[in-house]
Amino acid sequence: MGQRGGHADREALSGDRPPAGDRQPSGGGAPQAGDAEALPAPLAAVVQEFDGADRGMRTEMLIEYADQFASVPATVAMRPFPESARAPRCESEAYVFATDRADGTLDLWFAVENPQGLSAKAWGAILGDTLSGQPLEQVVRVPQDTIFKIFGRDISMGKGQGLIGMLDVVQHEARRRLQRRGAGGAV
Amino acid sequence: MSETALLADIAARGYAHPDVLVTTEWVAQNLKNPDVRIIESNEDSLLYPAAHIPGAVQVDWALDLNDTIRRDYVDRAGFEKLLGKLGVTRNTTVVFYGDKNNWWATYAFWVFQLFGHTNAKVMDGGRLKWEKENRPMTREVPTYAATKYQAPERDDSRIRAFRDEVVSHMRAHKKMVDVRSPQEFSGERTHMAEYPQEGVLRGGHIPGAKNVPWARAANPEDGTFKDAAGLRSIYENEIGLKPEDDVIAYCRIGERSSHTWFVLTYLLGYKRVRNYDGSWTEWGNAVGMPIEKP
Repeated sequence: MGQRGGHADREALSGDRPPAGDRQPSGGGAPQAGDAEALPAPLAAVVQEFDGADRGMRTEMLIEYADQFASVPATVAMRPFPESARAPRCESEAYVFATDRADGTLDLWFAVENPQGLSAKAWGAILGDTLSGQPLEQVVRVPQDTIFKIFGRDISMGKGQGLIGMLDVVQHEARRRLQRRGAGGAV
Repeated sequence: MSETALLADIAARGYAHPDVLVTTEWVAQNLKNPDVRIIESNEDSLLYPAAHIPGAVQVDWALDLNDTIRRDYVDRAGFEKLLGKLGVTRNTTVVFYGDKNNWWATYAFWVFQLFGHTNAKVMDGGRLKWEKENRPMTREVPTYAATKYQAPERDDSRIRAFRDEVVSHMRAHKKMVDVRSPQEFSGERTHMAEYPQEGVLRGGHIPGAKNVPWARAANPEDGTFKDAAGLRSIYENEIGLKPEDDVIAYCRIGERSSHTWFVLTYLLGYKRVRNYDGSWTEWGNAVGMPIEKP
C-alpha cells in the first residue's frame, strides 16, 4: 500500500498509488473531461485498492487514510467555519471547501471538527487527493455508491449519510462552477 | 481509592440513579476485574480498531445488534450468541463507552435492557474523556473464554415504542421529544435542493413533539453528562416534561434518542420513557402519517 497523501502533499501525488499508470496527475496539465461517466482515475485507483479487501484489511487501510488527513489550511478557511460549508448529516462536523485552479478544476479541502471522526477524516483525505484537479464533469458524476465500495456495505445508515453529505458538498461546488461556466461566466 | 471516592463526582450531581454511571478513574481501576467487561460501541467503526481501552471488547451496532435481514434487533438467540462470544454472564457488570458523548454506548445499553441485562453502566465522558486524560489505549484485541449466556426473550413492551403506539401517544397528546437537530425538526432543507433529505420522503416532526437536540444533555468539552439541575432546566423548564409523564423519544433511527431515553430514565428518574427506534425514517416515509412542519 502506498503512502497516503493528505492535502499537504496533494501536489506531490504522483507515482506510489496503484495503478499509477492509469492515474491522472492532480497537479499540472490541462484536465481532460474525457468520458464524463467514468470515475476520475485517482478515485478509481482507490476503489480498486479496496476491491476484495476483507473487513480487517479495509479498516486498516481506512485508518491509514485517516492518519494522513490534514485539515484545511488557514489560508483557505478559518474558524468559525461557515454553515454553508458544513456537510449535511455528518455527525463528525465535517466542512468542505473548494478553491479554484487556473485550469478550471478545483482544489478540495476539508475540516473535521470531531477529533474522533476517523471515517470522515479518511473520506476527506480520499476525496481531497482523488478529486482535486479532476474534470468537474467527472466530479459531479461520482456515484454515492463509491462510498460503499470503499467503506464497505455494512456501515451504519447514519455514517453512510454523513459521508454522502461530504460528497454532496463537493459535487455542489463543482456543479455550481459548471453552471456558471454554462452561463458564460468565468469559472 | 475507595469505590465511594472513585464515584464521588457522579454522586454529587443529583442524579436519580447515579449507580448507572462510572468515572474514567473507576474504569481504570477495574481494567483487570474479571467481573467487569468494558464494551466500546461507536458510531465510527474505525475507532475501536485504531485504539481502545486495554481489555475492552467491541459491540458493533451494525454487525452485532441488528437483525441482518429485517429492520429489527437481534432476537434472544442472537443476543445470547453475542454475549457468549464476549465472555459475559448474567452476573458480569458491563460498562459501555464510546464516541460522540456516548451516543452509541447508550444505544447499545438500551438494547441490552431489552434483554434485561440490568447489570450495566456507562462510563461518563466516554472515549473523549478517556483520551483527554491521556489514559492508556491499545490496538490489542482481547480474547475471553466464551460463556453460555442465557437471556430472556426480548421485551419490547417497556422501553421501546412502535409506530402504532406512537400514533396513539400523539392522539392522546402525551409528551414526545424529538432529539434531532432544529433543522431536522423543522423539516427545513439543510443542504442542496437536488439531494434527498436523510433518506426520507417528507421532512418535519411528529405533531406535538418538542425539540431538544440530544447532545444538549452532555458537556461538549469532555462528553460528561450535565448535572441533574442542568438537565431539569432543559427538559422540565424548557419543554415542560415531568417525572411522572409518559414520554416517547425519537430521532432518525433511534440511536440519538436512546441517549435522551438514558438521561430521562436514569439521570432524572422518569418512570415511563420509551424509545421509538423506527423514528423519522419510518414516520417520514410511511404513507399518510400526520406531520407538523412550520
